[in-house]
Amino acid sequence: MATEDSGSGLNIHPMDQFLIKPLFGGDGTIGLFTLTNVTLWMFIAVLCIVAVMVLGTRGRAIVPSRSQSIAEVIYGFVHKMVEDIAGKEGLRYFPYIFSLFIFILVANVIGLLPKSFTTTSHIAVTATMAMTVFVAVTILGFFKNGASFLSLFWISSAPLVLRPILALIEIISYFVRPVSHSIRLAGNMMAGHAVIKVFAGFAVVTWIAPASIVAITAIYALESLVVCIQAYVFTILTCVYLNDALHPHH
Amino acid sequence: MAIEGDLVQMGAYVGAGLACTGMGGAAVGVGHVVGNYLSGALRNPAAAAGQTATMFIGIAFAEALGIFSFLVALLLMFAV
Repeated sequence: MATEDSGSGLNIHPMDQFLIKPLFGGDGTIGLFTLTNVTLWMFIAVLCIVAVMVLGTRGRAIVPSRSQSIAEVIYGFVHKMVEDIAGKEGLRYFPYIFSLFIFILVANVIGLLPKSFTTTSHIAVTATMAMTVFVAVTILGFFKNGASFLSLFWISSAPLVLRPILALIEIISYFVRPVSHSIRLAGNMMAGHAVIKVFAGFAVVTWIAPASIVAITAIYALESLVVCIQAYVFTILTCVYLNDALHPHH
Repeated sequence: MAIEGDLVQMGAYVGAGLACTGMGGAAVGVGHVVGNYLSGALRNPAAAAGQTATMFIGIAFAEALGIFSFLVALLLMFAV
């Protein structure tokens, strides 16, 4: 890109927005219980969720008010998703899946506000959620099905010679699930915000500042869509893994 | 003309540029999924609504690999 105006080159640091900083200064070290900006923005996300879901439905009106209607739409959407994919037995785990969906959605959307912090762009946050899903689904699979949970890896519709190789491939892809589950969400969030920051850095150069602003608007629109889709995809993959655990027969 | 600077850093930047070629495959993959969904939906519009969830799952899987390659590029640019 044109760097004639910037001397030694564009000095942009798009990854600085993902740094974790303690809230109350101190000496900058982050211990186990330090309040950081991640903590603050997660707390704000939970406050928003409580405001919509709990306070919105407090009236319990038959004809819903606006915030009750929003809460009901989100509830119905996730309920239908869990029921369609995991069946009636999957509805026992609906509270957990709903918590995942609403937290990821609200945390992602809050990250779109200027000067805020996207907590789900950190691998630490998404890997915790993905590992919890993986461990919970595996333990659930063994509890519900005993040893026949391993029939998930033994494809009975394939020729007998191929089954050991397929079983090995299936086991490897099973263990890659939490990796891809977490990196998909974190990577999408980090990539979107880093791209916005890089385009914003180009606005320093006078001649391409208008193009930079148009590009930021376009990427922001795409990012708004990606935010909702990524929350939906995380949840629907959780439902698919849950269905695999509850009904492992190929 | 003498080249100044760190050879390791140059390797990191060149690697970042090479890693971006992975995103082309991801774009083709996502387009393939959505194109197949569209051609199926135009033949059988009534059955199309039930498969939007499958389409989104397919898009997410195909896009995830492009995101992995972008992540490698970003890590090489700014975190090495």
